[in-house]
Amino acid sequence: MSMVDEPLYPIAVLIDELKNDDIQRRLNSIKRLSIIARALGEERTRKELIPFLSENNDDDDEVLLAMAEELGGFILYVGGVEYAYVLLPPLETLSTVEETCVREKAVDSLCRIGAQMRESDLVEHFTPLAKRLSAGEWFTARVSACGIFHIAYPSAPDVLKTELRSIYGQLCQDDMPMVRRAAATNLGKFAATIESAHLKTDIMSMFEDLTQDDQDSVRLLAVEGCAALGKLLEPQDCVAHILPVIVNFSQDKSWRVRYMVANQLYELCEAVGPEPTRTDLVPAYARLLCDNEAEVRIAAAGKVTKFCRILNPELAIQHILPCVKELSSDSSQHVRSALASVIMGMAPVLGKDATIEHLLPIFLSLLKDEFPDVRLNIISKLDQVNQVIGIDLLSQSLLPAIVELAEDRHWRVRLAIIEYIPLLASQLGVGFFDEKLGALCMQWLQDKVHSIREAAANNLKRLAEEFGPEWAMQHIVPQVLEMINNPHYLYRMTILRAVSLLAPVMGSEITCSKLLPAVITASKDRVPNIKFNVAKMMQSLIPIVDQAVVENMIRPCLVELSEDPDVDVRYFANQALQSIDNVMMSS
Amino acid sequence: MNGGDDAATSGPPPSLEWRFSQVFGERTAGEEVQEVDIISAIEFDKSGDHLATGDRGGRVVLFERTDTKDHGGSRKDLEQTDYPVRHPEFRYKTEFQSHEPEFDYLKSLEIEEKINKIRWCQPANGALFLLSTNDKTIKYWKVQEKKIKKISEMNIDPSESSNIPPQLVTNGLPADKGHDYLSKDFSFPPGGIPSLRLPVVTSQETNLVARCRRVYAHAHDYHINSISNSSDGETFISADDLRVNLWNLEISNQSFNIVDVKPTNMEDLTEVITSAEFHPIHCNMLAYSSSKGSIRLIDMRQSALCDSHTKLFEEPEAPGSRSFFTEIIASISDIKFSKDGRYILSRDYMTLKLWDINMDSGPVASYQVHEHLRPRLCDLYENDSIFDKFECCLSGDGLRVATGSYSNLFRVFGASQGINLIKSLKFVLINCCKTFASMVYIRRQIQTPARPSRSIGSMTRVVRRGSESPGTEANGNAYDFTTKLLHMAWHPTENSIACAAANSLYMYYA
Repeated sequence: MSMVDEPLYPIAVLIDELKNDDIQRRLNSIKRLSIIARALGEERTRKELIPFLSENNDDDDEVLLAMAEELGGFILYVGGVEYAYVLLPPLETLSTVEETCVREKAVDSLCRIGAQMRESDLVEHFTPLAKRLSAGEWFTARVSACGIFHIAYPSAPDVLKTELRSIYGQLCQDDMPMVRRAAATNLGKFAATIESAHLKTDIMSMFEDLTQDDQDSVRLLAVEGCAALGKLLEPQDCVAHILPVIVNFSQDKSWRVRYMVANQLYELCEAVGPEPTRTDLVPAYARLLCDNEAEVRIAAAGKVTKFCRILNPELAIQHILPCVKELSSDSSQHVRSALASVIMGMAPVLGKDATIEHLLPIFLSLLKDEFPDVRLNIISKLDQVNQVIGIDLLSQSLLPAIVELAEDRHWRVRLAIIEYIPLLASQLGVGFFDEKLGALCMQWLQDKVHSIREAAANNLKRLAEEFGPEWAMQHIVPQVLEMINNPHYLYRMTILRAVSLLAPVMGSEITCSKLLPAVITASKDRVPNIKFNVAKMMQSLIPIVDQAVVENMIRPCLVELSEDPDVDVRYFANQALQSIDNVMMSS
Repeated sequence: MNGGDDAATSGPPPSLEWRFSQVFGERTAGEEVQEVDIISAIEFDKSGDHLATGDRGGRVVLFERTDTKDHGGSRKDLEQTDYPVRHPEFRYKTEFQSHEPEFDYLKSLEIEEKINKIRWCQPANGALFLLSTNDKTIKYWKVQEKKIKKISEMNIDPSESSNIPPQLVTNGLPADKGHDYLSKDFSFPPGGIPSLRLPVVTSQETNLVARCRRVYAHAHDYHINSISNSSDGETFISADDLRVNLWNLEISNQSFNIVDVKPTNMEDLTEVITSAEFHPIHCNMLAYSSSKGSIRLIDMRQSALCDSHTKLFEEPEAPGSRSFFTEIIASISDIKFSKDGRYILSRDYMTLKLWDINMDSGPVASYQVHEHLRPRLCDLYENDSIFDKFECCLSGDGLRVATGSYSNLFRVFGASQGINLIKSLKFVLINCCKTFASMVYIRRQIQTPARPSRSIGSMTRVVRRGSESPGTEANGNAYDFTTKLLHMAWHPTENSIACAAANSLYMYYA
């Protein structure tokens, strides 16, 4: 046993605890691996620490994950780029463990290091590693191999490149579906590094293998590769090789594959160019919009705006809109809901006339939907349509929808609509709001559910901010103060809450003249909960109002409360008094 | 569709002579069976090198094959030669507590720890993986050899650590003096600090450790009866009385409901799911059986909610045969796909049936297992035996099928797939009817003082039996309804059967 100088104790402990029995200690040491490395110096880090880590890798996943992460940024501590290769062995073992997140992190780190390594080192150390992993006995190694080929490939000499391509081709046909899935996922990245001559031959044949895989889960990922590959190819090659595949996929017998196509299709439009889009992709997309599986329609409906943005308006009106009309009365509420959340975005794409003619009826029918989520989704995106056609055309149907949502029996729906009230107010303008919605906002203050009352109080504050103190003085404050005598103390508490939120917005003058007297009256309440809330509120009012007001109105009231029989009231009153004294002293 | 030709032309498989091979956890005379020790699930892994059993006490016991270990990688070559192949032999490997008894406070329900099913998953890096489930919760286990570490050469002598000021011992917090060293800005001397050293780890011994990797809970309102992995290696299903859920092995907090047979009004309930299994090759296909004796094949590609089946396999009821028991005995207790996925074997109370998935008009073969009990159905109903759930299994080559019965019997039939056998309903052979006379004998013993619980020792004790007591029963009169062989599994590549009789695991080979 060696003794260490006392100042080195912390670092010595850190090193010792790399092998502590407590996982938290080990984790902590691993997360500070860079400090250990600096304490040991570059040479000993290379010769002792890294081999030590390579050997001691049967630890818990959390520790291994942290190790994989740390090693990714370790080049600095082993002596720079020329020694980067020493980091590969521990990461190689980490990239074969069975826990997916550890493996993925190790592959990430390998790529990070590989991207900085010198070309000769890559050929000497990194490429053999990629080959070793892809010949691994267990599928975990082969899965990881798929993720590092794009680093190894560019710097390899031609012979090696040919070999790497053929190894990747084997990975695409591996016995284990997990490996084929990894190969499919990484195909786009790998393809991006490959010369265009081989791209059309080798890579396309691998891609074709994957698109014809028996396992749905592999074909799914091949769909994702379509867009990535499409961007790499020349438009005419893309039309020749990718387009037929994606059109086929859009009619695959597995709904999950079609679902992926519905999600990805718009990305491919750019790759193939306008003409094939019109002749092939638009019909394919229209088919997906009318798919017999609801999940597929949900995905397709959710992308309708993105897709239309790429098309010209005429095409969209001619081919997509009829389907959208169908979807707005779809039998699945989730489809309608997905449509409602994006359809407002189509207004700017189509322009004013088309919107009024085609979209408005759809908006209106969705606004009357029996399913509250659909209506909410329309209302939440109101600002987008307002920019195009103005709110007037919608306002007539909007009001019943809002009122119905405001009175929905599910409190979560009521909560959702309250959140949108400030947005609605800003879109609809003061006049409309006063007339129709003002009463609703007051009604929510007396809701049976606390969260709604709380949200209602917040809503008043946001409205006051939106329309200004003068408006609030007329339309909010009197109504609120009227309710402060509600027989139920919980409602009185809500009003106090609203008052305390409004005070900062209203400014000192109105607070002193209108709000404060009401609060002082409330301090005489018979319920202690109200009284200590008054005390808390007064504390929050101190910075808003004049010092004279504090001394003349607030302090006497608090002094009285501080002698209350209830202990909590006394406590909060004293707290408030103390903060008055603090303010006095500092000023 | 004439895929069955091979079997038809080659005729029924030759009859096999079944021999006793091994027993684990055999009771000594007079020893009482502890309820918790009763085996409730058996499963071979894909390679046949491992066997797992689960019991009512929530434990999982693993066995490993010993007879191939010595040859290592050359096993394949060995099998190709005419070398007399030895029958599989297993030894105890390890055991772990998979489930504990729980209490659902919301529903005031006790959740027993009994293991309902075990399924093996893809091994990786020399570690074994398996899923085990009780009535409500599925768990994913990893069993791996871990090195026992010995650490020497510490920087700080542990015996002296008591002299160190406590704030320096923990590395998590910046201690006053050490603060500089642990901050990023502190610059160490360029060569490092030579007096610091890394701990030296020596390890020779290894031991097996089972770790629960994931828990898939709170997805079933009813009791889970089956779990089954998909051939895609990333998903599995779990089935309860009314629903089938689809899980991703990596994601334990969400599952997708793919089959839901729950009627809106529970009074309309006429049929429940009794068993479900994924197709061994096609990841999109799965089959589930019902209490009404039907098997439904569903294709997950068609829609997200698979309430409508692709194919329905049902045997039309014979006219005039209807009785009070018809529906009860029609209930399917277990289904299994053949290894190639072409056939489904189903077990109901009276029969074993083999179905060709390309033919939904009726089973291609049907074997009487309990026909002799038909006159006694009333008694069986009285003592609840009629609700016993017998499992069934197919041999790896799909040529034979087997199932359990009372008096700790199991029966093996040649699964002849010839078309001319559809109607004849005759079984080609009943090959094995072994009784464990000693066991019947024990049951009749008077109660003996209870032993606390089975120790590992009793499971590791392998008894080789020199001679068998020959099967004497055949007519059913000697049937003992308290000893039943519910759980059994066929080795994936060899003619070897593992079956559970109460707390003992018996292995037979042919």
